[in-house]
Amino acid sequence: MSDQKKHMFDDPKNVKRVIGALFVVCGLSIVAEFFIYRHIDHPWEVLFGFYGVYGFFACVILVLVAKEMRKVVMRKEDYYDK
Amino acid sequence: MTSSVAPFLIFYIGAAGVMLTRGMARQLLMLSIPLIGAWNLYILPTDTVISLAVFDYTLTVFKADRLSMLFGYLFHLAAFIGAIYSIHVKNSGEHVAGVMYAGSALGAVFVGDMISLFVFWEMLALTSVFLVLARNTERANSAAMRYIIIQVLSGVILLAGVLLRLHNTGTIAFTHIGLDGSLASQLIFLAFGIKCAFPLLHNWLTDAYPEATPSGTVYLSAFTTKVAVYALARSYAGTEILVYIGATMAMFPIFFAVIENDLRRVLAYSLINQIGFMVVGIGIGSELAMNGAISHAFNDVIFKGLLFMSMGAVLYRTGKMDGSALGGLYKSMPKTAFFCIIGAASISAFPLFSGFVSKSMVMVAALDEGYELVWLALLFASAGVFHHAGIKIPFFAFFAHDSGIRCKEAPTNMLIAMGLAAIICVFNGSYPWVLYSMLPFPVDYAPYTAAHVLTQTQLLFFSALAFTILKLMHIYPPELPGINIDAEWSYRMGLPKAVQAFKTVFGPLDQSIRKFGLGIVTAIIGLTFRFNGPNSALARTALVGSMVQWVIVLLGVYLALFLISSD
Repeated sequence: MSDQKKHMFDDPKNVKRVIGALFVVCGLSIVAEFFIYRHIDHPWEVLFGFYGVYGFFACVILVLVAKEMRKVVMRKEDYYDK
Repeated sequence: MTSSVAPFLIFYIGAAGVMLTRGMARQLLMLSIPLIGAWNLYILPTDTVISLAVFDYTLTVFKADRLSMLFGYLFHLAAFIGAIYSIHVKNSGEHVAGVMYAGSALGAVFVGDMISLFVFWEMLALTSVFLVLARNTERANSAAMRYIIIQVLSGVILLAGVLLRLHNTGTIAFTHIGLDGSLASQLIFLAFGIKCAFPLLHNWLTDAYPEATPSGTVYLSAFTTKVAVYALARSYAGTEILVYIGATMAMFPIFFAVIENDLRRVLAYSLINQIGFMVVGIGIGSELAMNGAISHAFNDVIFKGLLFMSMGAVLYRTGKMDGSALGGLYKSMPKTAFFCIIGAASISAFPLFSGFVSKSMVMVAALDEGYELVWLALLFASAGVFHHAGIKIPFFAFFAHDSGIRCKEAPTNMLIAMGLAAIICVFNGSYPWVLYSMLPFPVDYAPYTAAHVLTQTQLLFFSALAFTILKLMHIYPPELPGINIDAEWSYRMGLPKAVQAFKTVFGPLDQSIRKFGLGIVTAIIGLTFRFNGPNSALARTALVGSMVQWVIVLLGVYLALFLISSD
């Protein structure tokens, strides 16, 4: 079945808009830290933008480690069926 | 009006009805069983105790408190959503299994003693395995066999622990046990741990759940592990080792989830990750932590169910579940995509979605009690869960590259079930006080502080940013067909290989011993044959005449000897 309808993300401009919006929201959430008093439970939380930095690097590390893990644990789909 | 019917009975009797009916009648029955059950629970006075005497013991099949009541209502809700989702399925076996399974979970959370717990523990295994078998593929059948072996093993270990405990303490009551160094407490802990998917004991879950039918997995994700969480909360609250077990559970599955191709297996790993948060909460054991663990169990059943439902709908319509084969489905299944995103936002704990109001309680409790590294691990896992369940699932199924698959939107009943779950996710996230009022301890926690909203938003948006940048830079690992080996390798490949190696080493030895033994036996047979076989000396027949002749000869010899000796 083929569909001729143009969908939202068929237009690369819309993809760019979503990515752009993400950058803006990230920026805003950092700027908001100037205006919102952050209750501190833990010394590390004092660091400016701690959660943003931690989240970003957690995900980068997660992906890089997982990628390396693939070399060790990845097998063909029928590995257990043989 | 009051009732005195144990909740599980309604499901067990209902299952018999489901077996005997077809078509519309069965559909109506399927929907009414959880509703009648919930109503029964509502009018059942909470101080009711239903017990029966078996030999010298009193088995208590119903005894309620705030903890069991919350799980009771939760399981009715999950059964209702599951019934709507699976209503189109023609296979009666699958329906009967689903209803019996939900009933067994309800049985387990209301028991007052551990023998009854054992019975429902095994019933959970026996009924749920049919949800995997119903898929009817060779792969599902063998996964089902591995699943049932491990589940029954968990039950047997539980029974051993319970009997040992009975011998030591004289009690079968299902109350706080704690790890007191006794073998009994360790065995029961291990049995709970298997069903709770502790690290290294977790592979039955990632093995069997993705092989079940689309609706089977929705049922499976709701009950077994949550019964285990309930049992841990009742018997091992405040057991410190659980904090570290839970943190490990929250951490390691996210790495597997990132590289896993089967999207329902990604969700299975993420299920372990979420149970990790609950196990940490139970291990901490403070009121805040317990409230966090229990409320997160409630929310997890709904949002994980929602995610499994959306993936089940994709599998039902396309017949595919691999991230490498899917993509672009938002064009064909926009409503399913929308509900999937709500589930993804809930599991990721976005403000206004359900995970936000429950997971954070566990995190705050971890900091309060001084588990700083555990808190960092949980924060890492929170970013990770957004990464694999929040982004990866919707992205690779519904967006990413267009796979060219064009199919119909999910059936209406599936959409209704997903819609209902989505509403609960948003409701609990935006108005958590109903859920909070049902928790075991009074809630003194405000989820919606400006700081909490801000920090969580930062964490999540920057995780999304990391995904986007890695994707744009082509560093993000692509979805590839293939499987990843895990602890299950030990029994799926290691054990068979060890048996093979054992055979090659000891096979020849065994054969020569057998050959030698066989030689001896053959020699004995030959010898026996020589003397006793047909026509052999001992078997030959002799004439009566010749015998008389020999008797005469013998008598003659006697006579001769007599005559000689009498001289």
